[in-house]
Amino acid sequence: MTTTAFKEPVREAAPGTAKRAPRRTGRIRRAGLPYLLLLPALVLELLVHLVPMVIGIVMSFKELTQFYIRDWGTAPWSGLGNYRVSVDFNAPVGKALLHSFSVTVAFTLLSVALCWLTGTAAAVFMQDGFRGRGLLRALFLVPYALPVYAAVITWVFMFQHDNGLVNHVLHDQLHLTGKPSFWLIGDNSFYALLTVSVWKGWPFAFLIVTAGLQNIPRELYEAAALDGAGTWQQIRRITLPSLRPVNQVLVLVLFLWTFNDFNTPYVLFGKSAPNAADLISVHIYQASFVTWNFGTGSAMSVLLLLFLLLVTAGYLLLTSRGRRASDG
Amino acid sequence: MAPPRSFTWARRIFLTLLTGFVLIPVYVMVSSSLKPLADVTGQFRWLPSGLTVRPYIDIWSTVPLARYFVNSLIVAGAATVCSVVIAVFAAYAVSRYDFRGKRVFTVTVLSTQMFPGILFLLPLFLLYVNIGNATGIALFGSRGGLILTYLTFSLPFSIWMLIGYFDSVPRDLDEAALVDGCGPLGALLRIVVPAAVPGIVAVAVYAFMTAWGEVLFASVMTNDTTRTLAVGLQGYSTLNDVYWNQIMAASLVVSVPVVAGFLLLQRYLVAGLTAGAVK
Repeated sequence: MTTTAFKEPVREAAPGTAKRAPRRTGRIRRAGLPYLLLLPALVLELLVHLVPMVIGIVMSFKELTQFYIRDWGTAPWSGLGNYRVSVDFNAPVGKALLHSFSVTVAFTLLSVALCWLTGTAAAVFMQDGFRGRGLLRALFLVPYALPVYAAVITWVFMFQHDNGLVNHVLHDQLHLTGKPSFWLIGDNSFYALLTVSVWKGWPFAFLIVTAGLQNIPRELYEAAALDGAGTWQQIRRITLPSLRPVNQVLVLVLFLWTFNDFNTPYVLFGKSAPNAADLISVHIYQASFVTWNFGTGSAMSVLLLLFLLLVTAGYLLLTSRGRRASDG
Repeated sequence: MAPPRSFTWARRIFLTLLTGFVLIPVYVMVSSSLKPLADVTGQFRWLPSGLTVRPYIDIWSTVPLARYFVNSLIVAGAATVCSVVIAVFAAYAVSRYDFRGKRVFTVTVLSTQMFPGILFLLPLFLLYVNIGNATGIALFGSRGGLILTYLTFSLPFSIWMLIGYFDSVPRDLDEAALVDGCGPLGALLRIVVPAAVPGIVAVAVYAFMTAWGEVLFASVMTNDTTRTLAVGLQGYSTLNDVYWNQIMAASLVVSVPVVAGFLLLQRYLVAGLTAGAVK
């Protein structure tokens, strides 16, 4: 999606404006028109994204604690101090950040993989009509449509130690665990978070892949069937390869959303997440708003942003190279 | 040709398991919301010991749910309307015109999608407070500040999806309108927008859901009178008791409008994604 949006307009708009200009006044007005149309979006992006980002970067070079928050401009400069603290992996702050970072990477990779697999399988299985397909599709979109806090709070209830469904099923009914487990503290919290994230996230993959499947020409399948390819072979040789451009964008979007997700861990665990599920967004929130060290928090945010930029750039480069190779 | 048995069986097993996974939390939400308090504080039971609608009455008095509801509705509604209108104009400019800085604009807007929300939280808070001090416009703690914030969250996605969608509307259509004496805005409103309704609905649904579900900014940037549902639901846990049946009832009440709207419009969403995002 991202790549098409970069290329498409440039390629298509070029012949558009040059040729048609019925009246001279029309042409003059039109030179400014695109900017006028963009103005509201520009102003808003500037106010809510770009200016705060610049402030955030400036803050990351300052010694910004709660004492300076009323008048943050007067906080003393600390140069690279906040960055040094953040990446000093032998000291507590850096060590905790590194831990949180690795937890986030592991969690994101697992969650994206599971969401993608589940969504793709469901979309492929539901590509052809069978009874109840429409109902099932509507049902599958419910987790995506539910407001995050309502959905996650239900999971919190299900993960309760004494009165939750999960322990009731695993311990009381199936006798799989010796005693009821804790799910929202300790090491299990990683799996609890992963479960909720996949439950909430897979329908988006399902939705995108379903949309992508509609673009595959029927004739391809008919031709394959004539050549004697069975259903499984058709899926492997036609469906999956045809989904490649869709998947490249889907995986990137899922990655960025999961990596930056704040809502799910925050509703699941509150202001301070257990160590095993200490995702980076909540970690930075805690560093800034609970321990009141905004300078370090900002430095961590900037480092996170740099990491995401690098990953995205690398990914786009790799996938566009792959696409060019498969095209030519 | 009918699919082989291995395929139908794999499909049956997979879809059954998946349906269970999807539905269990929904069942817990619905059934617990109808249980007496003793049922939700003791050991979990699949079936309630007795059905009661008490939680649905109590939710409105335990916390000022109605006020939160109205706040959420205003914030999400206003953010949706503004973001759709602004995105339509911006996407039209990018899709139909060639101008300097176009690439910079699209790249910048799209890359804001990848920024972690936490990066903006404190700077935006400081910015709103400073604007408030300088101009007297209360952004911090007001619905206006939240609307402003939310409407930019959905903007990048909306603009990018609508660019794709507008590109798929044949150019000849609005060029003909231009030749017939329509202004560019006339061509946009009379030709391009009607042809792109599925894309616009998809974008609106996305914007509304984003605003309705946002937690981080809602928890920092609201006060007692402007609090939204996202934060308000925390009020059902007191020091002594957690009213799980009321929490589930309230969750259901806040979910029903969004889920119903979403399911009604899901056809548009798939159509919008097909033309706008997946190409």
